[in-house]
Amino acid sequence: MTCDLMSTTLHGYYDGELDAVRAAEFEHHLEQCSECRILLAETRALGSRLRQNDLYQRSSDELRQRLQKQLGLAKPEVQPQFQFQRPTRKGSLRWLLVPAFALATVAIIAVIARFPVQQRVVASATASELIDAHVRSLQPGHLTDVLSTDQHTVKPWFDGKLDFIPPVSDFTAQGFPLVGGRLDVLNGHDVAALVYGRRKHTINLFVWPARQGEASVYGWGSREGYNWGMWQAGDMNFCLVSDAAQADLRELQQLIHP
Amino acid sequence: MLQPQDRNRFEQLVVPHLDGAVNLARWLLRNRDDAEDVAQESMLRAYRFFDQFRGGDARAWLLQIVRNSCYTWLQKNRPLELMTEFDEDLHVKPSANPETLAAQADERQHLKRALESLPPRFREVLVLRELEECSYKEIAEITGIPMGTVMSTLSRARERLQRTLTAAAIREVS
Repeated sequence: MTCDLMSTTLHGYYDGELDAVRAAEFEHHLEQCSECRILLAETRALGSRLRQNDLYQRSSDELRQRLQKQLGLAKPEVQPQFQFQRPTRKGSLRWLLVPAFALATVAIIAVIARFPVQQRVVASATASELIDAHVRSLQPGHLTDVLSTDQHTVKPWFDGKLDFIPPVSDFTAQGFPLVGGRLDVLNGHDVAALVYGRRKHTINLFVWPARQGEASVYGWGSREGYNWGMWQAGDMNFCLVSDAAQADLRELQQLIHP
Repeated sequence: MLQPQDRNRFEQLVVPHLDGAVNLARWLLRNRDDAEDVAQESMLRAYRFFDQFRGGDARAWLLQIVRNSCYTWLQKNRPLELMTEFDEDLHVKPSANPETLAAQADERQHLKRALESLPPRFREVLVLRELEECSYKEIAEITGIPMGTVMSTLSRARERLQRTLTAAAIREVS
């Protein structure tokens, strides 16, 4: 394949729109073609610049209210974008005052219709944020604050730096050596990041406490050539991000939570 | 007039994408007030024709209406803008007041200008992909670009944006 062809395919690869065969073909090409490697890095950087500079233009409150009136709709709700919010006591008391039928309607709507819509919005916001965090960590000197393959060194390192302690295990024997750990921030919240290796790939495992009322997306996905998976165990959220194969991430998940 | 259950469905499926509607309109029309007007008109149109929505991707369905309304609006109010071909840039007049000059140093301003200088058909795929995070299938549905051409259009649009940004950076240095 010539590079001219590849320069288009590269965008499909970056956007996660190639089928598995073409993606593998492209990855094979990428190993030999420095031109494409540079172009991919540039494309990735351009995407981050566009997403990180607050270019998205949201509706004004006036327009929202105008439409609400014109369409005779109920009060619009703000869409959660991967925000952590604790329901306040006052809020929950107010719920009790809502007539039962309204509550039932809201519940039914929430379950049947609204949830998939919200989840999709949250999922996309989350995925790009996770990937940005992963990419950031790969910058020189950013990957680890504590560099150690010893879980008994990494775990105590978090003590006092966070208000929770992440579970830390080394899986060298299973092909996922622990590389180290660091503090990171996701959506304005401190999270523990553990770094594992997988052949030539780096895997970030983000761990943070699950909070009540938090909009969470659990599941697996891929974007821009990165794979991610998120799940909850106990009262903690776990998230893996890497350019390693999704099967590898699922294997690591099985090791962390058999 | 929609039945109450349809009105509920509209509220659950379509209304949440109001931000997306405003965003697309804002980048196509390059003006906040016009964008809100067109987004409002599109939302009302979507409501009127909601019985024609056959299920599926409600966001793509709404954004398709927004996109068409934007092009109709441009045709009526700024027909010249639609005549720019893929191979020429819009010449956005650089304003020389001190405030703008200061703001040009700002990364966001840089990107905004570069994006706005692209022909609308490049601008829309970039906005839909990078800001709205649409899939190729959704982009094809919204813009009417054949599914097989979305990738190459995006490739050309990104290349053009990259070039515009580089040129602007060089201008600034010299």
